[in-house]
Amino acid sequence: MHDRVAIQTDHTRKQATPLLRILIALPVLAVAAGLAYIMLSFSPVAPGLSGQVTDQLAHSGVSNPVTAVLLNFRGYDTLLETVVLLLALLGVWALGGTELRDEVTPGPVLDSLSRLLLPMLILVAAYLLWVGAHAPGGAFQAGSVLAAAGVLLLLTGWRLHVNLAALPLRMILVAGPGAFVLMAVLTLLIEGHLLQYPAEHAGLLILILETAATFSIGFTLTGLFLGGIPRDRDIE
Amino acid sequence: MNSAFLYALVGVGLFSLGLYALIIHTHLLRKILAINVMGSGVFLVLIALAKRTGLAVPDPVPHAMVITGIVVAVSATALALVLMLKLVAATGHAELSDDQRESQ
Repeated sequence: MHDRVAIQTDHTRKQATPLLRILIALPVLAVAAGLAYIMLSFSPVAPGLSGQVTDQLAHSGVSNPVTAVLLNFRGYDTLLETVVLLLALLGVWALGGTELRDEVTPGPVLDSLSRLLLPMLILVAAYLLWVGAHAPGGAFQAGSVLAAAGVLLLLTGWRLHVNLAALPLRMILVAGPGAFVLMAVLTLLIEGHLLQYPAEHAGLLILILETAATFSIGFTLTGLFLGGIPRDRDIE
Repeated sequence: MNSAFLYALVGVGLFSLGLYALIIHTHLLRKILAINVMGSGVFLVLIALAKRTGLAVPDPVPHAMVITGIVVAVSATALALVLMLKLVAATGHAELSDDQRESQ
């Protein structure tokens, strides 16, 4: 275990002098003024792509326009985004992770509270996943709530069982990107276009993708919080 | 000036504050935080400008981009933090050295 003290600022290093601060602040202010000027020069009414989205919403399989954009119209964005998440976690694992956290045994209050909160968080995640089809919600929100549940578990001293740390965890981590890639290949072969769902099954296919993505996002974010490879003697 | 531009200007302000902090601070944790503040400013600008549809419903495309962006920003921050901790473990400093010889 490393020393916590090591992260403190080294005060012997050179700090920015007041003159330097002003010299830096001036160009930053110029950038801010320029950006503000550009913002204010935009047209106050700009429909953007909202008209096209509204026109095609009936064919998307969902009635929430944001979910329709994320999972249908621009599905490849979300495909690549799940891959980026996985790459970030692989990067953390490749660095060997960190072991900064002390192992603590939670007190009875924290222990029982986390036991009460955890099913609630999982329920909220499931609700957000389901409601994403017609209201704000969806895989990212549900995955984040699931990750919050995971972080709560980690903070209260819970650790993944050794038997689950190797293959089952990795299967969940690649479930989202894997489901997306599989769906992309299948739609490319059957429909002729990447991630173009058949209109009559679009809602179900989106829900399947979102479910897989929710699990992957939740576990990946929790893994990123843990900051290291879960203990597994088979791997080490 | 309608509220969309007000929020967009707040986003520009956040971005600029983050940019200043990114340049002025040497500690890497502060730099990572500064980049996150800059990112929040960009997200705020995107969300604010999406409101200019003239309809009750904002443009969903920037909203979808921001949802994707937030998750990517969180994971990139986690990777940056682990990189920083590795640097601290290797050198004892949470700052990048200007002097090449010093790091050896």
